[in-house]
Amino acid sequence: MTEQHTRTHAIDVSSILQVQKKSSEPNEPCIKVENLNLFYAQKQALHNVSMEMPKKKVTAYIGPSGCGKSTLLRCINRMNDLVDNVTIEGKVLLDNENIYDKTVNVAALRRRVGMVFQKPNPFPKSIFENVTYGLRIQGINDKRILEETVENALRGAALWDEVKDRLNDNALGLSGGQQQRLVIARAIAIEPEVLLLDEPASALDPISTLKIEELINELKEKYTIVIVTHNMQQAARVSDYTAFMFMGELIEMGTTSELFTNPRKKQTEDYITGRYG
Amino acid sequence: MIRLWFKSGTPWVWLNAAAVSTCLIMVIGVLGLIVVRGAGHFWPAQIVQFGYQEPGKDIQTIIGEHVDTSITPAAMAKSTGHIMADDEDTLVQYLIKTGNRDITGTDFRWILERNIKQQQSPAELMVVERREWGNFYGQLLAVKENGKIIAEGDQAWPTVQTRIDQALAVFEEIAHLEKKEVGAINYSLEKLRLEQKKLQLENRWDAAAEQRLAAEKTELEVEYKKYQTQLIELYRQIRRDSLVAKTETGNEVEIPLAKIVRVYQPNTMDLFDKIGHYGSKLGEFLTDEPREANTEGGIFPAIFGTVMMVMMMSVIVTPFGVIAAVYLREYAKQGFITRLIRIAVNNLAGVPSIVYGVFGLGFFVYILGGNIDRLFYPEASPAPVYGTPGLLWASITLALLTLPVVIVSTEEGLARIPKSIREGSLALGATKLETLWLTVLPMASPAMMTGLILAVARAAGEVAPLMLVGVVKLAPTLPLDGNYPFLHLDRKFMHLGFHIYDVGFQSPNVEAARPLVYATSLLLVLVIVGLNLSAILIRNHLREKYRALEG
Repeated sequence: MTEQHTRTHAIDVSSILQVQKKSSEPNEPCIKVENLNLFYAQKQALHNVSMEMPKKKVTAYIGPSGCGKSTLLRCINRMNDLVDNVTIEGKVLLDNENIYDKTVNVAALRRRVGMVFQKPNPFPKSIFENVTYGLRIQGINDKRILEETVENALRGAALWDEVKDRLNDNALGLSGGQQQRLVIARAIAIEPEVLLLDEPASALDPISTLKIEELINELKEKYTIVIVTHNMQQAARVSDYTAFMFMGELIEMGTTSELFTNPRKKQTEDYITGRYG
Repeated sequence: MIRLWFKSGTPWVWLNAAAVSTCLIMVIGVLGLIVVRGAGHFWPAQIVQFGYQEPGKDIQTIIGEHVDTSITPAAMAKSTGHIMADDEDTLVQYLIKTGNRDITGTDFRWILERNIKQQQSPAELMVVERREWGNFYGQLLAVKENGKIIAEGDQAWPTVQTRIDQALAVFEEIAHLEKKEVGAINYSLEKLRLEQKKLQLENRWDAAAEQRLAAEKTELEVEYKKYQTQLIELYRQIRRDSLVAKTETGNEVEIPLAKIVRVYQPNTMDLFDKIGHYGSKLGEFLTDEPREANTEGGIFPAIFGTVMMVMMMSVIVTPFGVIAAVYLREYAKQGFITRLIRIAVNNLAGVPSIVYGVFGLGFFVYILGGNIDRLFYPEASPAPVYGTPGLLWASITLALLTLPVVIVSTEEGLARIPKSIREGSLALGATKLETLWLTVLPMASPAMMTGLILAVARAAGEVAPLMLVGVVKLAPTLPLDGNYPFLHLDRKFMHLGFHIYDVGFQSPNVEAARPLVYATSLLLVLVIVGLNLSAILIRNHLREKYRALEG
């Protein structure tokens, strides 16, 4: 979704919110970010970010391109470790445990914090093998368990009915929307606690986008979800909490209905009403 | 007008097309030449009987195959000493393969067309392919058994056929006994000798060991005696018969059937006979061992050696190259050092191959092999085991030679795997190693195969380094046989490329062997094409399986 789109549709956001009022009771925090600073070489990409993301709720990050929302998301499962010359200061607590602690096993962490990327990235293997990939890494090879997991995961990702007859076909033969749901199935097959979605619908057509959004609504029953999106309507439709970021700083965070209807900061208001961004 | 034509780009298109067609013509020309010259070699030629009279001499008979014709302009012929009549414009000469090297000393003879008084192809002329002295051309007179004539005249030809088939069967049996059975016994005896020496060196040579080895030795010797009596009987059988034939000069010659490979009368053959003959000659060429300093018989050991060496090379170079490329691309910190290593690797590809041969001889054979011998085979000394050129060192040397190709293409393959795939795997809790093994390497396997294809193409055609590290003119045994441990990496082997050089330029009878050079070249090309095709098929299969995500 381009900036242009966001702007023209920004006015509708409040009306959508009226239709689906989100529950906004405070919840126990699942992920806590404390004074997080991130540098790419000399360039600072995140400035002293602190926030809390409650359990089994959907938190959305919004903000203009390059504001650091994807970077922040990738801090939660330490994907930024893969980037050369990156320095991270501060803490990210998952269930009160700092994931940047030296003793943390990164692979085990990523099993607890699943991630879905902007572009669907299924492996060039069969649908079955894609979904069981995470399990096989954990050494689970029992055929019965695998089959059961595949069915549950694919049902969970609302893909089962479409692919149940061709589980052994190459996953690359699926459509873009199906591939993205397969990737979600792959992520939930290993039963993570948290799901990170990095603009999961931005490469998809409107119908597939709708399906993904419906899926997010179902998934939050079981998982804590953090979603990065460009599309403010999407954030308003799917999330319980919204964080607005700008130039690497967290400007404002609150329940989605509050943030969209009654922003505390001028910058937030300007952005959601389409005055800049 | 001309300027417009130039601007239209037409001349440029023509230039491109011309370049492409030149390449095509050259490729087709090369293949065409070796196919025509090489494949024609096995077709039975007519035998011609010439009545030949040199000026001022009696008429003489010359029997042979007409191989070539040369036409020389009169002026040039005069300058080389030929006497030319005034009305002659050209000097026409025929090259005749007359065979009978044991009698005349040469296989070939040039004759002048103007001296030929008669020319005919009598049906009764025959060709005798012998195991020694090349072909014999002449007329069959009789068949002898134990020195007594058993068939003459019209009876002789059918008798000779049946007797030769018998003799060939016996010969095959002898070859089998000598090579396989007696060869195995000799191999075991040699092993016993080495074991004894080893025990002595280690001071473990006692009465028990002596008794055990002696018992084994007697057992083998008993077996050997058994084969020997069999062999004596077979030799008696094969030496029994012989044939008597008349040469072009009218002399009578006796040829033992034991020395004959086949006898045929090409002038009486019809098309189907000729096709049959062609097939059997071709089969012999592909499956038999060479005879007569490689100028006759087959080239099976060379085919086998080439394929074996290339496969060994592939087995060695692929893991090495892939592991090196994985380290360079996935683990090493990209910077000055890795750039330096890449430059070095790329430059390795430009080192002349003979230099690799010298390195292989100096390092692998003498230093590595010599030390292996000293450490593990002290009993064989002073005869070297690995301290001499052999299949293993040749394969390793060629693996070194082709290593850059595999590294470079594997690296390219790894670089082409999208980052999103790696992240997808890591995000599922896979470690870097698991990601590499389960996803990245399989997806890069087509690129590895491409590297291997290029490596095979280069290695199969390499001759120069092999001459230093393992290839010989004639290897008595194949590197793979029935004697434990079956694969003998220390053995020397034959190679098609070296065979071409040897047959074409080092054999005593270069003229006769020339068609064989073409035939062997054709085979070398076919072997390389075959090896490459199989690698390409595997790669295409992998490509289909790991179709890239892009698009």
